[in-house]
Amino acid sequence: MHKLLAGHKGRRMFLLGNEAIARGAVEAGLALGATYPGTPSSEISNSLFEMSRESDLYFEYSVNEKVALEVAAAAACSGLRSMAIMKHVGLNVAADPLLTLAYVGVKGGMVVVTADDPLMFSSQNEQDNRYYGKLAGLPVLEPSSVEEAHEMVRYAFELSEKVREPVLFRTTTRINHSTGVVTFADVAPVKTRGDFVKDPFNWVPIPAVARNLHVKLLKNLEEAEHLSESSPYNFIEGEGRWGIICNGVSYNYVRDGIKDLGIENRVKILRIGFSHPLPEKMIKKFLAGCEKVLVAEEGEPYMEEAVKAFAQEEKLTLSIKGKARELFSRLYEFEPALVRKTMANYFELSYTPAVSPDLSDIPEIPQRPPNLCAGCSHRATYYIVKRAAKGMQTIYPTDIGCYTLGILPPLAMADYLLCMGSSLGTGCGFSKATDKKVISFIGDSTFFHSGIAGLVNAIFNNHNMTLVILDNGTTAMTGHQPNPGVDMAMLNLNGYGRVSIEQVVRAIGVPVVTTIEPLKVKKSIEAVRQALEYKGVSVIISTELCTLYAKSLKLDTKRVFKIGDKCRGHRNCIDDLGCPAFFTKDGKIGIDPGLCTGCAVCAQICPENAIVPLKE
Amino acid sequence: MNTTRLIIVAVGGQGNLLASGILGEAALLSNVPVRMSEIHGMAQRGGVVESAMLFGEGASTVISDGEADILVGFEPSETLRALKKCNKDTVVVTNLAPMPPFTVAIGKGVYPELGRLQELIRAKTGKLIAVDALELSRQAGSTLAVNMVLLGATMQTGKIPVSAENLKEAIRTKVKPAFVEINLKAFELGFAAARK
Repeated sequence: MHKLLAGHKGRRMFLLGNEAIARGAVEAGLALGATYPGTPSSEISNSLFEMSRESDLYFEYSVNEKVALEVAAAAACSGLRSMAIMKHVGLNVAADPLLTLAYVGVKGGMVVVTADDPLMFSSQNEQDNRYYGKLAGLPVLEPSSVEEAHEMVRYAFELSEKVREPVLFRTTTRINHSTGVVTFADVAPVKTRGDFVKDPFNWVPIPAVARNLHVKLLKNLEEAEHLSESSPYNFIEGEGRWGIICNGVSYNYVRDGIKDLGIENRVKILRIGFSHPLPEKMIKKFLAGCEKVLVAEEGEPYMEEAVKAFAQEEKLTLSIKGKARELFSRLYEFEPALVRKTMANYFELSYTPAVSPDLSDIPEIPQRPPNLCAGCSHRATYYIVKRAAKGMQTIYPTDIGCYTLGILPPLAMADYLLCMGSSLGTGCGFSKATDKKVISFIGDSTFFHSGIAGLVNAIFNNHNMTLVILDNGTTAMTGHQPNPGVDMAMLNLNGYGRVSIEQVVRAIGVPVVTTIEPLKVKKSIEAVRQALEYKGVSVIISTELCTLYAKSLKLDTKRVFKIGDKCRGHRNCIDDLGCPAFFTKDGKIGIDPGLCTGCAVCAQICPENAIVPLKE
Repeated sequence: MNTTRLIIVAVGGQGNLLASGILGEAALLSNVPVRMSEIHGMAQRGGVVESAMLFGEGASTVISDGEADILVGFEPSETLRALKKCNKDTVVVTNLAPMPPFTVAIGKGVYPELGRLQELIRAKTGKLIAVDALELSRQAGSTLAVNMVLLGATMQTGKIPVSAENLKEAIRTKVKPAFVEINLKAFELGFAAARK
């Protein structure tokens, strides 16, 4: 049985934040979940998907976040408890349905998890999604710890049903990827069959209906504000004339900082866990009892701006600060020493920080950037396209996935990126704005997520570009989740359909469609060259299973290679491919047999044919 | 109860998430409050994996520069890179078996000399325990047990507020049954090597 299902009430487990959230959702009687995977949210979905195979829960990997949110919305409108899970930028994709779902409302509890990523450990921006609560008019909850995240999920469902609106459950990487000791509660019985009652003048927001629905939303929001005032997740602790208002992980750093600075009797904390709507009365009362207030929040000055406005309404003139040159930055994530130092600064306390050793005499340590894996088929495809495009002036719009790591030398095959699917739209733009040959790269999962519309656009508007679809048979970067092109039978999962990328591309009307096997280098270079010569839209589908995925499915049967006696040290293998299985020792090139997967791409490009199987 | 702050740095694939998971489980068995945070998004792509573990009082799950009580490096150059987390009293445990990053192979950097590396760490921190965890894991029966050797060496510092018995119990519950014996042996070899 799944470890998150096996536990009974009172059991204590050392759980990842994302596992704690998944367990919390199951305890709350979650009936339907939908997601598009994205770090740092992915393990919530992985856990729920695994559990769905052993329980009444329905869970799906949707084609993108917009669809995931719509799937969950329909379930909630039918009276079921539902959840949509995504990373912060995923909510941009789902923003369209979200903002109108706020008008339409829900019957069953619905929770939308948005996992923000301050410092961008694995994201292209660090947007602060609390503003989505304000923009949509929806309640926002923010846990400060793994333990709190676990219990707050249940509260989120109850809150959603009380105000008849979806609730945004906003985490940050340091909640998702922290681990703490969680005490299990009982699992609530699951209501698995919903009932949709026709009521088009509440469910279908044509303008005349929407005007009424906006009134309803504002009423619901007012009710949410009352609940925010009395929520156990907004609380004051400590005594003193100084105040600190904080949320999320900042609360932990503030609490530890107060102890470290020895100011327990001088400062009180207002911890905000229910951050939209903010508890206005509570904040005003808190301000009235303070001489000066510090707002400690990662990201944007979301609370700070509101707190200052509340003070103005009360004609309070105390100092309220948060984001300022000498205090907190809007950049990156907080950490304990930074918060402690800022508190000492603002409240004018003497404080001796911990001292890191003087590292000025340390030799430069070689960088260890993440790299495409040994045997990764993307490396082969990049090499092939680079060779085929030799002599051409090129632009390589790229997309979101492992293959974005092709940015690094020696491949250097990523020139422009915005978001999921952007390689298509920006490719169209570059083909009109410049005279260069546009070659866009996109992965299989990202193509389904938001690439298809861009390809339709390229055909309709008759752009001149080549699209390379890197089909490695899985959603690799986030941990091998399914996508519509995946053969689910390989995972022993039945009852799924499968969408052929080639059929989709042909149906859109792409005149030149070429499929290559990237581990066959020479043949592929020739095929790609022909596709690149075409004026108009051409698509190359490069098909080879992700090597890690193949290994996990026990499908890797290739032979390991070594550098043989014929090596003359041309270094094409190392210098052109950048495969991490290669090393140099005493000026000689070697292949680590523990890393080599036997893709044999290096063997095909060696001018001396010096790279040979380790065992004949 | 005071707070003990431990940082573990490793290269993706070296098994530090299992090691930190075992430490967490052992703390749970010992009734010691424990929290941890990890950055592991790119672990399988050859990058660095860092775990921060806090035992005892406190709420934070992150360790700031200069504030680690113990630094454990599964790879020597990564130990050196993480030195900013230490202070003059920090106890450092490091593996001595290098895994040069790929940038060295393509001529974009030089791997630090191991003797100098140890001298530098010794000079800047409270204590250095250096073991060849790869060789010891080989003696234990599997080079995949490097993490257990280093866990043994870490326990020998006496700084982790859990008992060796609870730690071994956690190994028995967290490791696949077929590998328990090798892992326990690797733990003991690391524990003994660090005493010298």
